[in-house]
Formats: sequence, C-alpha cells, structure tokens
Amino acid sequence: MTEATSLLREPWERLERQRQAGKFGIWVFLASETLFFGALMLTYAVCRVEHPDAFAAAGRETNIWFGTINTAILLTSSLTMAVASQAAAENGRSRRLILVCLGATAALGLAFMIVKGFEYKEDIEKHLLPGAGFALRQPAAQLFYGLYWLVTGVHAIHLTIGIVLVVRLVLLGAARQIRLRGSPELEVTALYWHLVDVIWIFLYPLIYLPGRAS
Amino acid sequence: MTDAALADELPFPPRADYLRAGSTLLSWLATTDHKRIAILYALTITVFFFMGGAAITAVRVELFVPNGWFLSSDTYNRLFSFHGIIMVWFFLVPSIPNTFGNFLLPLMIGAPDVAFPRLNLFSWYLTLVGGIFAVYTLVAGGVDTGWTFYTPFSTMFSNTHVLTAAAAVFVVGFASIATGVNFIATTHMLRAPGMTWFRLPMFVWSIYATSIVMVLATPVLAISLMLVIAERWLGLPIFDPARGGDPILFQHLFWFYSHPAVYIMVLPAMGVVSEIIPCFARRRLFGYDFMVYAIVAIAGIGFFVWGHHMFVSGQSPYASLIFSFLSFVIAVPSAIKVFNWTASLYRGQISFNSPMLYALGFVGLFTTGGLSGLFLASIPIDVHVTDTYFVVAHFHYIMVGGSVSAFFGALHFWWPKITGKMYPESWAQFAAITMYFGFNMTFLPQFVAGYLGMPRRYHTYPAEFQVYNVMSSAGAAVLAAAYLLPLMYLTWSLFHGLRASGNPWGATGLEWTTTSPPPPHNFDIQPLVDRPPYQYHAEGQSAGTDSPEVQNARSLR
Repeated sequence: MTEATSLLREPWERLERQRQAGKFGIWVFLASETLFFGALMLTYAVCRVEHPDAFAAAGRETNIWFGTINTAILLTSSLTMAVASQAAAENGRSRRLILVCLGATAALGLAFMIVKGFEYKEDIEKHLLPGAGFALRQPAAQLFYGLYWLVTGVHAIHLTIGIVLVVRLVLLGAARQIRLRGSPELEVTALYWHLVDVIWIFLYPLIYLPGRAS
Repeated sequence: MTDAALADELPFPPRADYLRAGSTLLSWLATTDHKRIAILYALTITVFFFMGGAAITAVRVELFVPNGWFLSSDTYNRLFSFHGIIMVWFFLVPSIPNTFGNFLLPLMIGAPDVAFPRLNLFSWYLTLVGGIFAVYTLVAGGVDTGWTFYTPFSTMFSNTHVLTAAAAVFVVGFASIATGVNFIATTHMLRAPGMTWFRLPMFVWSIYATSIVMVLATPVLAISLMLVIAERWLGLPIFDPARGGDPILFQHLFWFYSHPAVYIMVLPAMGVVSEIIPCFARRRLFGYDFMVYAIVAIAGIGFFVWGHHMFVSGQSPYASLIFSFLSFVIAVPSAIKVFNWTASLYRGQISFNSPMLYALGFVGLFTTGGLSGLFLASIPIDVHVTDTYFVVAHFHYIMVGGSVSAFFGALHFWWPKITGKMYPESWAQFAAITMYFGFNMTFLPQFVAGYLGMPRRYHTYPAEFQVYNVMSSAGAAVLAAAYLLPLMYLTWSLFHGLRASGNPWGATGLEWTTTSPPPPHNFDIQPLVDRPPYQYHAEGQSAGTDSPEVQNARSLR
C-alpha cells in the first residue's frame, strides 16, 4: 500500500478527487452553518431594532477585555491552523511543523474556552442571567442577555467540536496512524475551524460594542 | 432431472447482489452501502407512516359526530399534533429523498456509492435518535402545539411535552442537512464520464434541488426550535412579550424553513413522475430543459414566499403584497411542469401499469392542490379561509395527493430493481385506483367545509358541517385500506413474486442497465454516457414508429 492509497476511502478512485469532494462537501456544510448563525443574528437584529436603548445599556455591562483577548486568541489560532494546512499542502519534510501548529491551534482553542469560563463566572456574579434578580432594570436587557448566553453557548459548542477534531488529528498524526501531509481531513478540519473563527468576528461587535460608542 | 437440480449444477454461483452481501444484523446496521441504507430508511419511515396514520385515523373517527364521542379535547389536540409532526418530519421530508434518492442517485449517475458513505449511515442514526425522541413524546403523553410550535403557546402556556417534541425535530433536521450535503457533493463529484448536467435524469435534478433547499432552510428550523427550547427549558426570554420578545418572529423563522419544506416534499415527487411518465408513454420527456429550469426556479423562489402563511399574523401590508405576488410567481414554473408532463403523453403509447396510474394521479391531484394554492396566495381570499379546512385540503392535496402518490409510484416503479421481484400487477392497479378515489373522497369535502367556515384543529363543530365530515371520514377509511394493501402484496411478492429482469419496464436510465437487485458496487464496469435521458424513440419520431421490440420491451419479464 503506497502512502497515497492509505488516505483513499470508498467510493473514490483517486485521492485528488476525494480531496476535492471533501472540500466541496465542507463548503456546502459551511453554507448551512452560515444560515444557522444567520438566523440567530437575525433574531438579535430584530430585537435590537425594537429595543435600542436596552441593548446599549446591556452591552455596556459586558466585559470588553475578556472579549478582546478572546478575539486575539482565536485569530491567532486561525493563523496556526492556516500554517498547518499550508504546510500539509506543500511537498517537503513538514510533519513536525504540522503537528506543532495543530497542537498550538488546539491549545489556543482551549485557552479561548478558559477565558470564556472566567467571563461566564463574572457574568453570573453580576446577575446577568435572565430571570428573577436580573441586574438591569429594562426588561429588554434580559432579551440581550438571553441571546448573549445562547449565541456564545452555541459558538462554544462549535469550538469544542473543532478542538476535538484537531486533537484527533494530532493524536493520529503523532502515532503515525494517518499521514497528515496531503490529508483531506486536515483541510476539511481547517475550513471548519476558520468558519468558527469568522463567526466569532461577527459576534464580537454584536456583543461587546453596543452602547460603548458614546 | 428437474430444473432446480439443474440450477444447482450450473458452473457459476448465484450472482452476489447487495441484499446477499451479508446477512448478519451488523452487516445491515454498520453498512455504508447506499442501497442498504435506503432499505433502513424505508423500514423506518414505513413504521412512522403507519404511526402517523393511526393517529389521524382516530381523529377522523372522532369527527364523525359534531361533539365527539370517545376522545377528550386534550387527547384530540395531541393526536393531530403527533400526526403532523410525524408525517412532516419523519415521513414526508425523508420519504423520497432518503429512500429512493439514496438508492437511485448513485445508480442514476453511474457511481459506486454516495460521496460520503459513513456520513450517510450517520444520518440514518440521527433520524433514529430523533424518532426515539418523538416516540418518547407520544408515550409520555404527547404534545398539543400542532406541528407548527407557535409561540407564545409553545413557550409559555402549553403544559405538554414540547421539549422532547422540539428536540426530535431538531435532531432529525441535522439528518436532513447531512443527507443534503451528501447528495449535493455526490451529484457534483461522482457523475460517470459523459454524464453532463443536461443529461441527468429529472429525478437526479429534483434530488439535487431538494438537497439545496434542505441544506439552506433546515438550519433556520433548527434555530427556531432551539429558541423555543431555550425559552422553555432555560428560561431565556426570546419570544416573551413581557420582556420585549417578539412572538411573531418565531413565525417568520419557522416558515422560512417550513415553506421551502413543502418543496423538499414535492420536488422529489416531481422527479419521480418525470421518470415514470416517459417510460409508460414511450415518449421523450417534453421540454427537458425547461423542466430543469422550472425545478431550479421552484427551489429558488420557494425561499421567498414564506410570508403567505402570515397574512393575518400582523405583518406589514407591503410585505404581504410582495409575498402574495411571489406566491403567484412560483405557480408559473409549477404550471410549466404540469403542461410538460401532459405534453409528454401526446402521441405516446400509453400503458396503465400501476406506477403510471400513480403518476397520472399525481398530475391531477397536484394540479388541484396547486390551483387551490393560488386562492390562498390571494390576500382577500386567504383572510377569509385562514385556518379553515380549505387550507387543510389544499396542503393535503400537495403533500398526500402529490408526494405520497408519487412515493407509491416510485415504490412500484423501482420495486423490481430494489428487490429483484415483481409484484402482482392487478392488485397494484386496484390499490392505486382505490387510493385515488379514497383520497378525493377524504379531502374534496374539506374544501367546501373550509370555504363555508369550518376552522381546522377544532374538536367539535356545528351540526351543519357534519355531512362534509362524514364524507371525509368515510373517505379516510377507504384511503387507509388503500395504504394497507401495498404493505400486504409487496411483502407477499418478496417471497412469492416472479424474479425481475434487469429492466422489466424497458426504461432508459443507468439504473436499469445493471442487474436487479444491483451488485454491491452497482456496476461491474464504469458506465459511459453518450446520450441525453429518455431516448424512448428516435429524434423527430414518436413511439408509434418505433420498432416493435422497443414498444414491447416493457412486457418482457
């Protein structure tokens, strides 16, 4: 069995075609994901247009430091992921580089989750969970925080799936169970990772910037 | 020496087909063969079909008399809700795409399997998990929101099992997305050499268009149900007006999926009919190119008509105007399809085998459903008949008269290919005709009752509507019998049916060039395609001028 055929799966006859199909398939799935988060952002937009003042007041209660640090972490993780997938696409002795970059990507993803955990803890202490004893007066501020918990939660679930996928590649690659160079799975994982990152870039201004301009 | 003894002594073992490729339970539950997964889906949705059918049978029996006689109002609400949820998400949406689409798509494009076989199996397991949630909902006491889960009733007031019902639909939605991704990638990446886009059979086009709708609309349904779950379970205020939420927003999100979902249900049916009619009329499909454009147009415009479900919900009149206009526009490609099916019969050599009876029934019932849809697209009439039995009759004409008829047409047309057995034709014709009349008996009176003002989903009704309800319930009994018949004679045919040849109908299409049932990898050699589909006669001629062999091919068994 040659190196190329070890990556080949049914029903494909050539690895190149399989890679194209994997990429094509994940792009279609990402379109679906876009609609998924798009519906959430639409809900946010409708509520914000209906209650601009409450959303501004609620937005001022978020901790922009946590949000900004997390944005930096996630953007850096996309960089390491991009280096990993670029290295995998090149011919050369790049196995170490790929493994290190994938490991860094997973670690940065985990760091994001840890920072997010501290942020959640602070939110709970500030009584920003909707329900009885909510910190803010305006009823619609609860709406903002309802959506806040929901979108960040759904995003965190997506990120967790991403971390699991990357860790899986690192473990299989380190144990030489699969060849990372030229692996369609690596490219597919990378595209998914970047999408989760892009979604965060949209969430950041929606969550942390309302009410801070003036 | 008997024939049986002779057969045993033939030098070749029986040809391995996908049904005999393994006989353990695990060889089915862990299979990645698209044909076996199609069978798994078929068994699953058959169970759900009869569950949903049983629920509505109880409802129809109850409606024989104006004030009910054996159900409480709560039970009544739960039964029609269960019927809707099961029939929409666990039968109609997966019906043709996941059984026949799964089985036929790779065969029709000359591929050994779908693009992502393991994802395909995963999608079936997701359907199963969703189904378990749905059945749990029923066993635990049911849900009474209707299939539409409207807020704020579903989030704040209903004290039934909304959470598990919504979770069931949420999970099965991801099965739908996985299937859609798989079919789109398969159609793009795995076509045989020479199988260009405009040589694809209409069924492939319809599955492709359906998949696009699945991939782009289903995530929005997932979000709308997730918001309901979040509000009910976690107490997050999303649709609660007291805390600034907007219950109407739920309707927008829900119908953004659920109107395109109608096309998820009916586009594959159109594909099936476009295969059956040319075969049994021995004619080329009239206007193939425009059939393709029409199906793509329906899938596209279908995304922009959801507001016609909300004419009385408190939507801006300008929005209603646009939605009304677009709902009229989408009738144009639908009409093109009806005209083209009809034109395909012209100068044909028509034979009325059971698949053809179902297909012709589809054309008539779909036209009735579609034309009554135009009444509903018109705002003044819609305001009058909103939430009446007129609407119920309209969408059952599309979804049952249309999609379910086509499902049974497909079942009979491809049964020899799937199982390798012929079914008893007279029984099948009898069932097809019974189904047609049973259907019309059930739903035609509902147009009248609805126009006269009988609201849908009501447990009791004024005595003046009884005559329509008795007609409807009597028709439902006929319909139920017609649905049970195929279950019996098709099962019988598995054991006692005559062996089917590779191409019993003399049909064109790559799926008929392989054996029945097909081998595990579909084709022994990679098929090459050098002609458009539906070459039932030479260019410029008609079925009548063809050689007798071609004409008679379908009677050869």
